[in-house]
Amino acid sequence: MSEEIVTSLPPAVPLATAAEVEPIVARIPSVPRLKHTIIEPRSGWRMVDFRELWRYRELMGYLIWRDVKIRYKQTVLGAMWAIIQPLLMMAVFTIFFGRLGGMSHSVKGSYPVFVFAGLLPWTLFATAVTQAGQSLMANANLVNKVYFPRLILPIASMGNGIVDFGVSFLMLLVLMVWYGVGFHASLLLSPIFFVGTVLTTVGFGTLLAALVIVYRDFRYVLAFLVQIWMFASPVAYPVSVVAERYRALYALNPMVGMISGFRSTLMGEELDWTSVTVSTAVMLIFLAAGLLYFRKTERRFADIV
Amino acid sequence: MSDFAIRVEGLGKHYQLGARESGYTTLRETLAGFITNPLKRFKSLSGRSTEDESFWALRDIWFELKPGEVVGIIGHNGAGKSTILKILSQITEPTEGRVEIMGRIGSLLEVGTGFHPELTGRENIFLNGSILGMSRAEVRRKFDEIVAFAEVEKFLDTPVKRYSSGMSVRLAFSVAAHLDPEILIVDEVLAVGDQAFQNKCLGKMSGVAQSGRTILFVSHQMAAVEAMCTSAIWLSEGRLRDSGPTSTIVERYLRSVSRGAMQPLQDRHDRQGTGEIRFKSVSFSNGSGESVMNFQCGAPAALTLQFETQSQRTLRNMRVSLGVENELAQRVLLLDSRLVRSDLNQVEPDGGTVTFVVPKLPLLPGCYRFTVQAMVNGEIIDCVRNAGVFYVEGGNFFGTGQLPAQGEGLFAAEHEVHFQPRAASEAAESTLSAS
Repeated sequence: MSEEIVTSLPPAVPLATAAEVEPIVARIPSVPRLKHTIIEPRSGWRMVDFRELWRYRELMGYLIWRDVKIRYKQTVLGAMWAIIQPLLMMAVFTIFFGRLGGMSHSVKGSYPVFVFAGLLPWTLFATAVTQAGQSLMANANLVNKVYFPRLILPIASMGNGIVDFGVSFLMLLVLMVWYGVGFHASLLLSPIFFVGTVLTTVGFGTLLAALVIVYRDFRYVLAFLVQIWMFASPVAYPVSVVAERYRALYALNPMVGMISGFRSTLMGEELDWTSVTVSTAVMLIFLAAGLLYFRKTERRFADIV
Repeated sequence: MSDFAIRVEGLGKHYQLGARESGYTTLRETLAGFITNPLKRFKSLSGRSTEDESFWALRDIWFELKPGEVVGIIGHNGAGKSTILKILSQITEPTEGRVEIMGRIGSLLEVGTGFHPELTGRENIFLNGSILGMSRAEVRRKFDEIVAFAEVEKFLDTPVKRYSSGMSVRLAFSVAAHLDPEILIVDEVLAVGDQAFQNKCLGKMSGVAQSGRTILFVSHQMAAVEAMCTSAIWLSEGRLRDSGPTSTIVERYLRSVSRGAMQPLQDRHDRQGTGEIRFKSVSFSNGSGESVMNFQCGAPAALTLQFETQSQRTLRNMRVSLGVENELAQRVLLLDSRLVRSDLNQVEPDGGTVTFVVPKLPLLPGCYRFTVQAMVNGEIIDCVRNAGVFYVEGGNFFGTGQLPAQGEGLFAAEHEVHFQPRAASEAAESTLSAS
């Protein structure tokens, strides 16, 4: 939509000292470097402007800070929710899937820790994607009145999810001690899958954020989609439940690789390479697709929202 | 310094109407569309217009602003003023044309954008400042000035939801007022706060204007435009109608608005609303029912509008309002059936008349325009802006044969003036303070 061309200054001529040559005082009056913007209609696909995103980093920070602050301002339990919710889910899953459903037999080691560990990346994905999908509509007043790269909205909306992940991760470590699950060096690799989850979320989040603006029914589809998605992901059950020959198909759901990878590194188990590679590939495709689709529809946001 | 601040060449913006009027659609519509008309849907999905039912909000706009100029954009509602500002602020994209800008732009399209009621005044200053484009360091530097200008020192750490509306508006404007870009784009944000604050705001804006900043200013208040702008641009129906020195353009604009009002009501096509009622003509009379050419200040005034009905459904509880504006396009009076609980119960199929009666007209002598609007259940049935003009002559409002001079006010108001000698007034004061 616009380009920025900064007019550059000619280099200043240094003052010559008397000892060397005849003093030549050359002072070029400082010309203010004016920002030069061109606005014209552009069609076609556009790349993500990372430089611009970096320039607006402070605003992105403020939006994240605002969301986190608001969330806890009026709640009694505040940050405790980040721990209570997954704990409750863990209890429910352990009873229904673990004992009654018999899933605990497919899992080596402690089922509650297994479930909790799976819930971490899953909850991050689920809440962040939902927030990102709604971020443009929730901030419609900003979209209509102020300029900033719209991409910072879905990305900033993930802030709360990431904070919750951090808090829950600490709880997870506590649980691992409580259930006597040993710590392995591979635990240090688990942040890789955290990053993978974040990237998956960015991809789907931006795609959905744009889709929701253009096709309003996606708003209602979103919550429903996320619910089904959970059952299609190895949160309550291990990947091994799915037969080898269907593993690659199953891993087309990127959360399969991320969740199983996160859990494996945490527990010191062997990675399921099929899942991880297929999921990572799908994640990268959707990351690119989401960002590009968002950029393409971005120019119409203010006209529609 | 470059030789221009903003250069606009051939700017145009069009929106598509019809089925995709709101711009968004549902998946069902798109899929259904694919089946019935695959090519058309494919083209519109990729963002290219299909040329049916499009509406040009702006067309063929060319102008240039030199650095340091203060330019006002005027025009009736819907002329495209806000659209130009949105394009210059890069909020929406032009359909054709080109804009070149030298310098940083600060856009004030709204005051208090992003203000969150749960956050404190201090927090909102930083948040809003960042949204407007100020860096955190810049906000910190100007923090004390911003707080002082808004006069909210004591309430900095209270959530904004506890602020009175006046306070939050002052705070919002204060942050905006300290935005310091080379080019400032302002959209009618001056109509905020009480008179004292408004003067402060105008003062601050003039200060910015005099400091050599370039300002593009959209407003309906001709008084403000004349006070601050060196030149003006007149937009009409999305086109550049005229531009030049402020007083000339404002005069031409006001004259054309009055001229529009001269047209007989029934020939007016620029109406809004469903059209089930149409105002056909207007007549003026005095208290005795006699037809008059002009009203008199202090005398009974009656304005009758004739309308015809063209409705399939029965219209109930119709509310008719009359907005009166003076020569400076300021709204001075609103006469409204809802205000006096006189909405029409049921509209007859043959139409009828509606008469607004003011027992003692307080308007001072001058030329006034009125806008008439009929609404049913919040829906506009007919609305004609600047439907007509009437003149008010000097009259005997006070019974003394005297009226305030020209420019000494908009209204005559009934009042009394009492004098008291000193001893009596001190006694009166002590009884006052005792009570």
